[in-house]
Amino acid sequence: MQKKLYINIDIKRKKDDFMLSAKIQTKGGLTAFFGRSGSGKTTLIDLISGLDTPDSGTITIGDQVLFDSESRINVAPEKRNIGYVFQEGRLFPHLNVKSNLLYARRFINTALDPVMFKTIINLLGLEHLLNRRPSTLSGGEKQRVAIGRALLAEPQLLLMDEPLASLDSERKAEILPFIENLRDHLKTPILYVSHAIDEVIRLADIMVLLDHGSVIAQGEVEDLMSRLDLRPLTGRYEAGAVLSVQITAHDTEYGLTELSFSDHKLMIPHIDLPIGAHLRMRIRARDVSLSTSKPIQTSILNVFEAKIIEISPDGSSQSEILLDMGAPLIARITRKSVVELNMKVGDTIYAMVKAAAIDRHSLGLGGTHVRQTN
Amino acid sequence: MFALTPFEIGAIQLSLKVAGLALLGCLPMGLLAAWVLARCDFYGKSLLNGFIHLPLVLPPVVVGYLLLVLFGKQGALGRWLWETFEVSIAFSWKGAAVAAGIMAFPLMVRSIRLSLELVDTGLEDAARTLGASPKWVFITITLPLILPGLLTGTILTFARSLGEFGATITFVSNIPGETQTLPLALYRLTQAPDGDLGALRLVVISVVISLAALIASEALSRRINNRLR
Repeated sequence: MQKKLYINIDIKRKKDDFMLSAKIQTKGGLTAFFGRSGSGKTTLIDLISGLDTPDSGTITIGDQVLFDSESRINVAPEKRNIGYVFQEGRLFPHLNVKSNLLYARRFINTALDPVMFKTIINLLGLEHLLNRRPSTLSGGEKQRVAIGRALLAEPQLLLMDEPLASLDSERKAEILPFIENLRDHLKTPILYVSHAIDEVIRLADIMVLLDHGSVIAQGEVEDLMSRLDLRPLTGRYEAGAVLSVQITAHDTEYGLTELSFSDHKLMIPHIDLPIGAHLRMRIRARDVSLSTSKPIQTSILNVFEAKIIEISPDGSSQSEILLDMGAPLIARITRKSVVELNMKVGDTIYAMVKAAAIDRHSLGLGGTHVRQTN
Repeated sequence: MFALTPFEIGAIQLSLKVAGLALLGCLPMGLLAAWVLARCDFYGKSLLNGFIHLPLVLPPVVVGYLLLVLFGKQGALGRWLWETFEVSIAFSWKGAAVAAGIMAFPLMVRSIRLSLELVDTGLEDAARTLGASPKWVFITITLPLILPGLLTGTILTFARSLGEFGATITFVSNIPGETQTLPLALYRLTQAPDGDLGALRLVVISVVISLAALIASEALSRRINNRLR
């Protein structure tokens, strides 16, 4: 069971001509702070860690007050018990991997539980690296050690500042499963900073959308991703509706996998996961086309009857259409089509999703863009 | 064979004593000054920086004379030292150490400051988030990382102190057994009519000591750097 540790943040911080003003409430699991560079994500977690101090406001974790400008409480970073995985790893160059991993232990009174050490070492695949020097590690290995080092401090909260940003896509694909493992097997809540929407969709339960130092929206990833008004921030070309699905069958003859979600079935090219597995997948708006009548002869396998909920405001040559088919779906079509097919909010329409468009590489991540949520 | 005379042994011992004391004073003060210059921002910082580096550019005689004025029995600091602690450093080996230390101080500060500026403060931040208080961050992260700079500073300071001449002779004079370090003994011999051989012997001794220090530091710094890479 995940411990529900509520994290309440309500802070202001002015830095030169940048102003961060954030009010955030989250709990357990993995919360992603998403936004462009310069949106204040890193400033925000620096403030939570105590490495930076807010001008005013409060930060509380559970019933522990870490910062309160009114009552002049400002707990030192070393006393906050918050782990921090930095973008560049920041391993101590004069210590070997094992000493890096155990660095925090000299400041902790209780002895290290050997089972916990083993678990973390195994979870992150660090066994064979223990005697190495940080300078001899690859980028991905360094990040895994950095994560292990933070976890072995037994933090009540783990901050991760774009831990994948400095890695190439192959290394990213190597680390992502480790982070998924942490999220699913450790009780520690994680605040994860990212400017890559694919990481957020794959990893996060809750998403906080930041822009120019302000919180634009926060909530479940599925909800935020289906909001058309947030599209300029969630990414115009890469984003789309996010669905939670379950694998119900594999079609070996045609090499397909059947997924189901709210009474619908969706066929996609085969993915190598067992039947019953829960996944989260994204259907990009540009891979969805619309028809006013039920298509009969079409190469497209996935056709859903849906209702038009919202048509994004005119202005460009393309329109985005939010559909409800029991789950949200977003389509991007030309504005010309919207007018010619006379689409209106409330109309019933047929949405076609091209199966071939949904594959492991459609995110350019080198991995799969679906995830296990169990 | 090359057997040392009591005169030479005395000069060597005194030189090592003076340089050692100078080093002992320079290390903590140099660390503090380097820290302030590298990490703190305050009004008048460049003035402090200039002041610390003065001995590097001033003629040593000037420094020696200023010390004499300050620490002589009639000098402001000298009188205070005498009245409170009954200590006088003018014309004593302690004064020689002070002169040597002050002349070598900028070298110590520069070496430590350079390596301190190379330390990624991000590593120190990381240590804080792992539970280390600022004191422990300094001991477990900063200090090991500036070890090469400390070592360089130590060798430079030691060598500069061994060789200090101008400020020393002005401040504490050239008293055999008290303030007559190697360079001062060498100077005396060059002034004596039959001192050539003795002077040459001291030259060889100076070269051997300096070379030994340099080689030892080179070996040590290679070991440290291997640990850091």
